[in-house]
Amino acid sequence: MNYNVNDKGYYGEFGGAYIPEMLYPNVEELRQNYLKVMAEPDFKAEFDKLLKDYVGRPSPLYFAKRLSEKYNTKIYLKREDLNHTGAHKINNTIGQILMAKRLGKARIIAETGAGQHGVATATVCALMGLECIVYMGEIDIARQAPNVARMKMLGASVVPAKSGSRTLKDATNEAIRDWINNPVDTHYIIGSAIGPHPYPDMVTRFQAVISEEIKWQLKEQEGRENPDYVVACIGGGSNAAGTYYHYLHEEDVNIIAVEAAGHGVDSGESAATSILGKEGIIHGCKTLLMQTNDGQITEPYSISAGLDYPGVGPMHAHLCKSGRAEFMAMTDDQAMKAGLDLCKLEGIIPAIESSHALAIFEEKTFKPDDVVVVSLSGRGDKDLQNYIEYFKI
Amino acid sequence: MNRINKKLSEDKKLLSIYFTAGYPNINDTVSIIQDLEKNGVDIIEIGLPFSDPLADGPTIQASSTQALKNGMTTEVLFNQLKDIRKTVNIPLIIMGYFNPMFQYGVEAFCKKCQEIGIDGLIIPDLPVDVYHEQYQAIFEQYGLRNIFLITPQTNDERIRYIDSISNGFIYMVSSASTTGSQSGFGDEQTQYFKRIADMNLKNPQVIGFGISNNETFIQATQYAKGAIIGSAFVKHVSNHGINTIKEFTDSILE
Repeated sequence: MNYNVNDKGYYGEFGGAYIPEMLYPNVEELRQNYLKVMAEPDFKAEFDKLLKDYVGRPSPLYFAKRLSEKYNTKIYLKREDLNHTGAHKINNTIGQILMAKRLGKARIIAETGAGQHGVATATVCALMGLECIVYMGEIDIARQAPNVARMKMLGASVVPAKSGSRTLKDATNEAIRDWINNPVDTHYIIGSAIGPHPYPDMVTRFQAVISEEIKWQLKEQEGRENPDYVVACIGGGSNAAGTYYHYLHEEDVNIIAVEAAGHGVDSGESAATSILGKEGIIHGCKTLLMQTNDGQITEPYSISAGLDYPGVGPMHAHLCKSGRAEFMAMTDDQAMKAGLDLCKLEGIIPAIESSHALAIFEEKTFKPDDVVVVSLSGRGDKDLQNYIEYFKI
Repeated sequence: MNRINKKLSEDKKLLSIYFTAGYPNINDTVSIIQDLEKNGVDIIEIGLPFSDPLADGPTIQASSTQALKNGMTTEVLFNQLKDIRKTVNIPLIIMGYFNPMFQYGVEAFCKKCQEIGIDGLIIPDLPVDVYHEQYQAIFEQYGLRNIFLITPQTNDERIRYIDSISNGFIYMVSSASTTGSQSGFGDEQTQYFKRIADMNLKNPQVIGFGISNNETFIQATQYAKGAIIGSAFVKHVSNHGINTIKEFTDSILE
């Protein structure tokens, strides 16, 4: 089976470009150019150089000895948390800002939930001297003040999304509306592996550096490129897409996707889209989507602001439906505990998103000689307030 | 003959009005439609509200949110409309986003529309190529006209393609924008209106987005068969209630 996008923009039955005609010229321009631009030697050289000198790549693949002892298996952490700006998000924004420049765009827009993608976008806009407008739900602005301040310091305008539920999905709606109103000079940097084709594929390709590095790093340390498992948390699914990309067609590698169960999958407050969602259309693509019977999109919940998206990238919907990936859902409590565990055992404070991926070791047993690579997608600095309140530190 | 085609063949400039079903109150749908017809409106677009209307500006977003809060659903709307053809003769179009139709089942949705006497659909986020490949046959089976949008950025080749797939009118978006965000037309729009008029398309064009009063209605219909008013009407019923529809239509048609 093919797990990559096909020439019509679909992953199995998922994907496509369900966009209003007003967006067609923009999306079509990108579709016709993205692969061509990415293949240009100049583009690759500039992308690679920035990832190395500016982002700090390659990010280490770290053998977590004490964590491995605790769970009696071999756990490696892919340290995306050590990237500049603190998460994997910057891999994609570097790629897309270079793409925007090649396409002659002068103005950049983005959506953000917790603010990580907004900060990563504001960062590359400062780096390239481009105007940056970040849409963020009014509620998220109130609960993510430090990231709002970061974006402003980096020169971005942060525009509150006041419609609907005033969170990530509404910020995305507002960014799309901005793009409709500014169809010529603006590039929209989508932060996850979602949106109309070619976005899911383009974002995945920019994030694919994660699994490209895992391959040679694991070869150095274990003598083989392929682990037994790759594990990543999934909201929209960009770090997961990058972590899986070079393993999608390696059948000896098991893929585990970890969603946020919130207060429990059946609690009514959850973001476990693969279980609670059904096929639908959100933000320009057909995918699994949390919605009412009547087709209205519902608001998910997770303690982690990076995982509470009502959809999931179309590639992941296909990995789920085809059975290629095993989907698990971890609650707030399980994730918080796993996060604190990593602090004590390895001296690493993870983002709460990444803590969801770490939480599976309490639930699933691995063999002692299994090699399990977990994407540590971000660092926990942004979550300190959450950790403090949760553990009454 | 489909009521839309029949209406388009009349020798007059057409006024089409959009309203959000379920707004301001859940049960206003039928009386709004009847009043619009009585007061000289030629085509009505019944908005099926959606939680995430990404081609719409603040006015229609707010009315959609309120309509959903009021309890509007696809099923409720169909029930409200079941006897509409006993009293209303002008073309009726349902305008909505694709996901609620997709969940209802596209064929079931089309079938229900035919039973009620709906003449066409406008679905901003159902792209023309997906429609062409997957749904055109179903729409035609149930006698529905699917109305596509074009914008100032749509190139001639694509306009010709859309014209070839269409069998009603073409919805000309006046400028690059979401609904309700323009006021008045400048040279850029007039040039675009002329460019499209000169293409001699097989489908007549009806201009929407940015039409809010008699002046913009006259301007738009100078180049096109008709004009569509959405946000301005929604704003009017929001401010003045649904018993003042005549005042609104009079102000447009003068």
